[in-house]
Amino acid sequence: MDTQALPDNVLTTQLKKVVNWARRNSLWPMPFATACCGIELMATASSRYDLARFGAEAMRFSPRQSDMMLILGTITNKMAPVLRTIYAQMAEPKWVISVGVCASSGGMYRTYATLQGVDRVIPVDVYVPGCPPRPESMIYGVMKLQEKIERESLSMRKDHIARFYESLARQEALQAEKGLTSQQAIREMLMDAGERGVGTIF
Amino acid sequence: MIIEHIDAQLPGTVTDRHAFRGDQTIVIAKENLLAVVELLYREGFQLLVDITAVDWPERPNAQGAEGAGRFDVVYHWLNLASQERLRVKVPVAEGESVPSLTGTFKTADWFEREVFDMFGIRFDGHPDLRRLLTWPDFPGHALRKDFPLDGGDVFCMEGCTAPYNNGERGERS
Amino acid sequence: MTMDSIALSRQMLDGDKMIVNMGPSHPTTHGTLRIVLELEGETITKATPEMGYLHRGVEKLGESLSYQQFIPLTDRLNYCSAIMNNVGYTTAVEKLMDIQIPKRAAHIRVLMSELSRVADHIVCVGVNAVDIGAFTAFLYLFKQRETAYDLFEMASGQRLHTSFTRIGGLFRDIPEGFVPLAERFLVECSEAIDELERLLTKNPIWHDRTKGIGVISAEDAVNWGYTGPSLRAAGVPQDLRKAQPYLGYETYDFDIPVGTTGDVFDRYLVRVEEMRQSLRIIRQVLDRLEPGPVMVDDPKVALPPKEKVYTRMESLIHHFKLIMHGMEMPVGEVYSATEAANGELGFYIVSDGGKNPYRIRVRPPCLPIFSSFESQVKGGLIADAVAVLGAMNIIAGELDR
Repeated sequence: MDTQALPDNVLTTQLKKVVNWARRNSLWPMPFATACCGIELMATASSRYDLARFGAEAMRFSPRQSDMMLILGTITNKMAPVLRTIYAQMAEPKWVISVGVCASSGGMYRTYATLQGVDRVIPVDVYVPGCPPRPESMIYGVMKLQEKIERESLSMRKDHIARFYESLARQEALQAEKGLTSQQAIREMLMDAGERGVGTIF
Repeated sequence: MIIEHIDAQLPGTVTDRHAFRGDQTIVIAKENLLAVVELLYREGFQLLVDITAVDWPERPNAQGAEGAGRFDVVYHWLNLASQERLRVKVPVAEGESVPSLTGTFKTADWFEREVFDMFGIRFDGHPDLRRLLTWPDFPGHALRKDFPLDGGDVFCMEGCTAPYNNGERGERS
Repeated sequence: MTMDSIALSRQMLDGDKMIVNMGPSHPTTHGTLRIVLELEGETITKATPEMGYLHRGVEKLGESLSYQQFIPLTDRLNYCSAIMNNVGYTTAVEKLMDIQIPKRAAHIRVLMSELSRVADHIVCVGVNAVDIGAFTAFLYLFKQRETAYDLFEMASGQRLHTSFTRIGGLFRDIPEGFVPLAERFLVECSEAIDELERLLTKNPIWHDRTKGIGVISAEDAVNWGYTGPSLRAAGVPQDLRKAQPYLGYETYDFDIPVGTTGDVFDRYLVRVEEMRQSLRIIRQVLDRLEPGPVMVDDPKVALPPKEKVYTRMESLIHHFKLIMHGMEMPVGEVYSATEAANGELGFYIVSDGGKNPYRIRVRPPCLPIFSSFESQVKGGLIADAVAVLGAMNIIAGELDR
């Protein structure tokens, strides 16, 4: 058969489109609701605003059944290891929306206890500003994520997450080697990253 | 009213008193705390509303054991029958401990743990004095005045653009 | 990857006992609580609550902010009823400064407080029902909650974090169109509460799941430091709105519902009845609203109107002084308590006369209530722990601060 008949990569491009179409319209959110933004998510998901219009209504409180993490509220240093664990447990491919200023940057809580942005410990795809964001903004954030998914290649997500798993392995090695708790290990990694002038540990 | 009663029953325990904006306050030494609490409980002050502390590092005798120490442990009581409130302050120096009220008030348990967590004041006789809000290896005690707001901790602040602590890292004990 | 805690649980595992780690990310914890349950079959033999997962250092932050700047932080304590926190805090500062707010401001504060009490109880009752398995009530009630949020938004511009009060009064007057919508809310909400009662109050499944669960005696409740609906459900008629009235609550006509056993069902009944009483209070406020100022007429406390700041030198100076140097505060300490949706919300403020509070302490109503969790669920079934937790109405923002 003449292989030249088919132009290069037509099939893969089309597959990507089909897969991404399916992916972006069937996001299963995992609400990691810690604070006030979680209350607004209730409003977003219930009747008036209805997140179901965007195919993202199937809330799953188990990370293993979901592929979109909504971080709703302040993440404290005490919570950071839990967040990493839960992110690691989620089904692949996975995306993260950081909702509200507390999750995105620490917000008004510039204190000893608050993690200054979740993007220091896990990769974030979309940031939604607001304290708390209105349900409309949350929906807009989901739509932005859908646009992003549409443009992704199939392997891109894998490479993206590989860095996180690598950092997780580093964290576990650190814990085993020095006998640290997960929180201490993350702290060491953040300090190390800070000395290298990087803001993130993955 | 209750203050006069305490004065009559346990003379000499109330070392200082004031009523600012209608809040009755008495200051007692920590040795007398349990006796006063027992009296209060009998007199109907059965709702222990709150336990907290205030740090006064610049008090003249903050380090000494005589008289006022560095911290004030502050108790608030409410008498449900007469709706009378009473604030009891117990000065305590650094490193000293206060008798725990967990024997009389179950609610004292977590409040005392919180004071221990935030100020490092120990409570004698507390069944389980662990940190409540922060994590076990937290460096220092957050609400002391010499503890920096950002914790002086890289874990919290490195990578932020604004300088913290005048660009110097705080001590991590 | 195993969390340290799970590894720890495995060590503790022996014989028939099983360790279940509930939280810190668990749908029924409404935030970030962690409870390590030790089970024998389905019976709880030990429950160790752990908190602090949402400890954001609010009290420490308050020491570096001026008195006015702390108001937005109070919103985020109990985020289900933000206005009541605003009111509680500003009442405390007003007590410290010894100022009286205008009549209209007090009326509107009462109105907004009661609205947010209804909204808070809706979340508590609705979500408690969802946790137990009754989803419909949640949907019925949340429609009304949206109307309440519309009202908050009309008044303050924000749905959740209103920051509506200012020291000495209110940020602004309620806008036109507020009162008609509030009137409509009164009618519709009371219908929704009737519907809720038809769904749950005589529902045998609801009875089975809630009656006799989390029973507490009045003495124990007081000893544990309970306040608010949980204390009243145990049979103690303590409500600060009646007992130590503030904002003119003594002039309103309302009743305090009291339970008998303190179990989840009684707490539910008390909350439902409180919603009705709140609607009654709102009705009375709407009837007596009169035009007037909503901010004290004192240049040392209130910011001058914006037009005057732009046109008059004096006002500009006042504005500058207030913003840059803060208010003049007396030296002293006050404890002021208000009846929030969960119970007694206290603010203990120590002032050294400076721009910022020397020490600001929030007395969260749910901390003492949550501390009794183990004694409430011990010996019960694991499914009941969820019901008890929901009825306690733990809000992590307030619990951990």
